[in-house]
Amino acid sequence: MPIDILMPALSPTMEEGKLAKWLKAEGDSVKAGDIIAEIETDKATMEVEAVDEGTLASILVAEGTDNVKVNTPIARLSGEGESASEAKSAAPAAKPNGKPAEAKAPETSEKTAVAKPAPVPAAPQERPLADPSLPANVEMTTITVREALRDAMAEEMRRDQDVFIMGEEVAEYQGAYKVTQGLLEEFGAQRVIDTPLTEHGFAGLGVGAALAGLKPIVEFMTFNFAMQAMDQLVNSAAKTLYMSGGQMGCPIVFRGPNGAAARVAAQHSQDFSGWYASIPGLKVVMPYSAADAKGLLKAAIRDPNPVIFLENEILYGQSFEVPKLDDFVLPIGKARIVRQGSDLTIVSFGIGMTYSTKAAVELAGMGIEAEIIDLRTLRPLDLDTVLESVKKTSRCIVVEEGWPVGSIGAYVASEIMARAFDWLDAPVLKVSGKDVPMPYAANLEKLALPNVAEVVEAAKAVTYR
Amino acid sequence: MAKAQVQRKAATSPKPSAASAKRGTNGGTVSKASAPAAFSAEQELSAFEQMLLIRRFEERAGQMYGMGLIGGFCHLYIGQEAVVVGMQMAIEDGDQVITGYRDHGHMLACGMDPGGVMAELTGRRTGYSLGKGGSMHMFSREKNFFGGHGIVAGQVSLGTGLAFANRYRKNDRVCLTYFGDGAANQGQVYESFNMAKLWKLPAVYIIENNRYAMGTSVTRSSAQTDFSRRGLSFNIPGEQVDGMDVRAVKAAGDKAVAWCRAGKGPYILEMLTYRYRGHSMSDPAKYRTREEVQKIRDESDPIELVRGRLLKNRWASEEQLKATEKKIRDIVVDCAEFAQAGPEPDPSELWTDIYRA
Repeated sequence: MPIDILMPALSPTMEEGKLAKWLKAEGDSVKAGDIIAEIETDKATMEVEAVDEGTLASILVAEGTDNVKVNTPIARLSGEGESASEAKSAAPAAKPNGKPAEAKAPETSEKTAVAKPAPVPAAPQERPLADPSLPANVEMTTITVREALRDAMAEEMRRDQDVFIMGEEVAEYQGAYKVTQGLLEEFGAQRVIDTPLTEHGFAGLGVGAALAGLKPIVEFMTFNFAMQAMDQLVNSAAKTLYMSGGQMGCPIVFRGPNGAAARVAAQHSQDFSGWYASIPGLKVVMPYSAADAKGLLKAAIRDPNPVIFLENEILYGQSFEVPKLDDFVLPIGKARIVRQGSDLTIVSFGIGMTYSTKAAVELAGMGIEAEIIDLRTLRPLDLDTVLESVKKTSRCIVVEEGWPVGSIGAYVASEIMARAFDWLDAPVLKVSGKDVPMPYAANLEKLALPNVAEVVEAAKAVTYR
Repeated sequence: MAKAQVQRKAATSPKPSAASAKRGTNGGTVSKASAPAAFSAEQELSAFEQMLLIRRFEERAGQMYGMGLIGGFCHLYIGQEAVVVGMQMAIEDGDQVITGYRDHGHMLACGMDPGGVMAELTGRRTGYSLGKGGSMHMFSREKNFFGGHGIVAGQVSLGTGLAFANRYRKNDRVCLTYFGDGAANQGQVYESFNMAKLWKLPAVYIIENNRYAMGTSVTRSSAQTDFSRRGLSFNIPGEQVDGMDVRAVKAAGDKAVAWCRAGKGPYILEMLTYRYRGHSMSDPAKYRTREEVQKIRDESDPIELVRGRLLKNRWASEEQLKATEKKIRDIVVDCAEFAQAGPEPDPSELWTDIYRA
């Protein structure tokens, strides 16, 4: 039997990649372990190894093909005793244009749902409201969140010699998630610094450098590992200004992916936004779109206070429109109304926005118009914008991926109750991650996370539908 | 075992033994104790005055604590004065100092105003942190004193960061990072050692071995009780120093600071010292005998040592020293009055200094 070689995934979140190069030609014999091809994503390059012996009967996806979906057959091996031509003739017809016959119709990915409306959408798609802080008719460009973050750091490092980045794999490896791609080349090893695997130590070192007046960006490979550095974040970075009677400021940014990734289980898949947001002295930013990621990271680097900048691995590869401005800086502490509506307010942030925006489309189909507020900053939290909206809609749900206890949603709900009780027509509901450690099994993981249906249900509940 | 002998010896006298001079196995060295610096009359007198200020200040702080004028935790530096005074003589303006929570002596040695320090202890607006930091959390940007940190060993990573900033800026400043024998068992100390050596940071790590981490003696808490060797696996040179003799401290400090300033990376100084008082004011000190404390006071007191030399060398007369003591007493009386006279922070201060605009 001929054996199909499938497009592999580099990470649990990879959906597609580029077939960069074939290292074997049709007719070559191949042993298990031979490197036969190279594939690339915006994050990394990987070699594809043959896992079986045989002859490379046919190449189904030509080199240079972009957007090859994971699990698409990319070549066919003829087994022992088979001739290469037999296997080849058994192969499905495939043109080297990246559209293999067996490729499934692309599922609507989150990026198309949010930023790139499909030409003939199955469900109605919406463009988010323009950011009111932008000049009218500003030219936009479409980039990924990853690129937006990199651009923000590069721009600030060009602007200020005191800004440097340190963390694990930020320099020579170009970033574990490729967020620091190209920075070493531009700024050199003096300002783009690979650290040992030593979170507690380098977080403290960063804080010390900040107390001395430098402006470090400390990357945590993920915020799961920042637990080892928690003391320095909370006890040193956040409190020194207060404890010194205003003498010692700490201008530092701690950034990296936070929140659930895909299929990495309890220790690597969790949202700490509520924890950090509870600490006076810290600012906490959690952007969703690439524009917010860029404008707010630039603001965070310039801020004279310690900023916890919570990114999301799943959002890194998603594309959004970002204004083409020389110096695009957004204010920390300002929420943004992303969609206007009169029937209820959906308050969300970070990846919670993906559920909220999709739910709003479904709700519109039922005649329920949701107003969506992207908090963007969790401390200081822009309650004014939330309260103003709730006073208009009289109903509110809060959507987040983190745990429900001591959460942002719990805080927002309590503030609404205290400050807008008389305007409410229904209790404020929370849609959050479930109150469990993240399981590994795919079905359980799905159950642990919030989903669009839960958001829709909550919205229907508060509108009594 | 030579090591155990060194420690047994250290238990009766804080002086380092020549037996502690060893070659490291990994290229790092534990060097012989530096010969005490030759002090001029002026230096000896200055050290006497500085140490006496710390001693009298701390005695007064202890008294005021007993009167309920100082709250919370209060860790006194009595007995360890030669360490900070000797090290301060080894650095220059612009070098940084950072330490843990037993920090009053460090602040006075850095030249911070005793009134401002005492007023912080009493929680007054006139204190260094406007009354919001207290005993363990005081800072002076002006004097390059970076705290005053309450979490054991937290200051070690921070001090490494101050040293990092010096290197980043390519200036020739050095950072002194103080911590105790207890803190020396925290993981981040070794994370810091590794980075400091890797990046050749100008960091002098001063381990003040006063023999007890709160109530746990070094022999009960530490597998390697010679703390000067704690950097060996990172190839960081280390030295045991008689921390009761300010001249020995100064000599070792000179060597370590010169090493760092020359761009050779970090240096470890283990100061063999002793605290006369409890770990904090609430410590009944049941873990050691009164005789042990008395013996050190009688035989190794850092201030008496200097007094003896001043008299013996005829660099000062009894009358002169009495005059110095009176001067110090007056300063301490003044600062105690200042600390009680100052107003408490305005209630509005609750909400200030959380963020910088």
